[in-house]
Amino acid sequence: MEAGYNFAYLDEATKRMIRRAILKAVAIPGHQIPFGAREMPLPYGWGTGGIQVTASIIGPADTLKVIDQGADDTTNAISIRRFFARVADVATTERTEDASIIQTRHRIPEAPLREDQILVYQVPMPEPLFRLEPRIAETKRMHALADYGLMHTKLYEDIARLGRIGTAYNYPVMVNERYLMSPSPIPAFDNPKMDRMPALQLFGAGREKRIYAVPPYTPVRSLDFEDHPFRAIRAPHACTLCNSTASYLDEVVTDDQGGRVYVCSDTDFCRTEQERAA
Amino acid sequence: MNALLEAQGLSLRFGRVRALDDVAIAIWPGEVLAVVGESGSGKSTLLRVLSGQQRPEAGIIRFDGTDIHEAGEAALRRLSRTDWGFVHQNPRDGLRMAISAGGNIGERLMSNGARHYGDIRAQAKDWLARVEIDPARIDELPRNFSGGMQQRLQIARTLVTRPRLVFMDEPTGGLDVSVQAKLLDMLRALARDLSLAIIIVTHDIAAARLLAHRIVVMRHGQVVEEGLTDRVLDDPQHPYTQLLVSSVLAA
Repeated sequence: MEAGYNFAYLDEATKRMIRRAILKAVAIPGHQIPFGAREMPLPYGWGTGGIQVTASIIGPADTLKVIDQGADDTTNAISIRRFFARVADVATTERTEDASIIQTRHRIPEAPLREDQILVYQVPMPEPLFRLEPRIAETKRMHALADYGLMHTKLYEDIARLGRIGTAYNYPVMVNERYLMSPSPIPAFDNPKMDRMPALQLFGAGREKRIYAVPPYTPVRSLDFEDHPFRAIRAPHACTLCNSTASYLDEVVTDDQGGRVYVCSDTDFCRTEQERAA
Repeated sequence: MNALLEAQGLSLRFGRVRALDDVAIAIWPGEVLAVVGESGSGKSTLLRVLSGQQRPEAGIIRFDGTDIHEAGEAALRRLSRTDWGFVHQNPRDGLRMAISAGGNIGERLMSNGARHYGDIRAQAKDWLARVEIDPARIDELPRNFSGGMQQRLQIARTLVTRPRLVFMDEPTGGLDVSVQAKLLDMLRALARDLSLAIIIVTHDIAAARLLAHRIVVMRHGQVVEEGLTDRVLDDPQHPYTQLLVSSVLAA
């Protein structure tokens, strides 16, 4: 472990403050709890919220996995994994099953998560009504009174203009039939995985200084209309590498002749599938 | 019959200005009540206080016999999106300009729990037709509409949930006279068909005569005269009402 740093970078008082916010967030599923976010040694938008949540819950016995858009081998994922290996001396892994804490940006792993795992999301904008109602005080009042007609108006507009709900990521959800919540910019494809998930889900927004949570086995419902039900959208292809037809795919342009391939965005899932086939 | 909305002893001061000075007012189901007076007489403040947007310093407001501030903000909000409607003078204050006409009408339905797109859309089309806007323009933004159409759209959006009481703040202000006449005509027909109670604030005596059953005259935050429309306008008792009625320009 790097000398000169407290365990997991943050000082103990800060970690306690963040844990208090997390406990409150777990007690009120989907409700945004303000917390005193600290300056972290990476820029806003790179996961300062998620990294602070991870730092407050991680222990020496934990195994950490970090993914960015599903991939373990991207810059953001590698730096955060290396950061915790240095300041907390924890084991890291790329395998979903082996991890006890998974910090993620914009995806939920394809492999089902278990009760003994915690999923930490990096959240750029925690307020689901942002863009619809510019006044934060007013959005707080709307949450307090469960006054969410405005969000449905947005979905109505989508159907009126496009013939379907056009939101493909950051698709608003209702948590425990009470609080409207932004699931962070995960694809709508991942929304059904949040519903009654056995693992604890924690959300950290560093710049906006908010923490919220979905406790294990909590109902999470994607908003929709009775005659336009929610549909998880997925590119209608098989993965070029592992032939999976169930996983979420990235489209990769291969040349300037219009050539493209579709590959799993979850690199661990893709490798596991390839190993199984081999 | 009991009053639908009843207020007593309303007082509110803005610094040294008495905007409302011991005002009492009542409206019965299906009645159209006009509040007239010059600018600054406290009539718009009265409307904001009656509709719960601002708390008075003293006095009580009862709707259906219960104090509107007693049950808390959640109950008041529910009231204002179900049994009440508010029509602003400027349609831009009452409409969402970035959302289509259909979405504007549907918002109140969705706030009240409507979750069937087809139904919401059918109701929006029905209401567009009722306020004489071509239902084919359901997906257009309000900013493409003329001032009169925007005002009619705002009325449709307010009435879609069948409120029992509608507050209107100078709904014909800023419209030219032929559009005003059409709007007043439409309002009168809607009020009759839906047996709406309407409290309409206006400085337009002619509009008040056309729409209202009863008139309340305000000056310096006080009600100076109150009575049936024709009585007040044909036989004004208070000197200020006499001045107001005699100042109306005849065409």
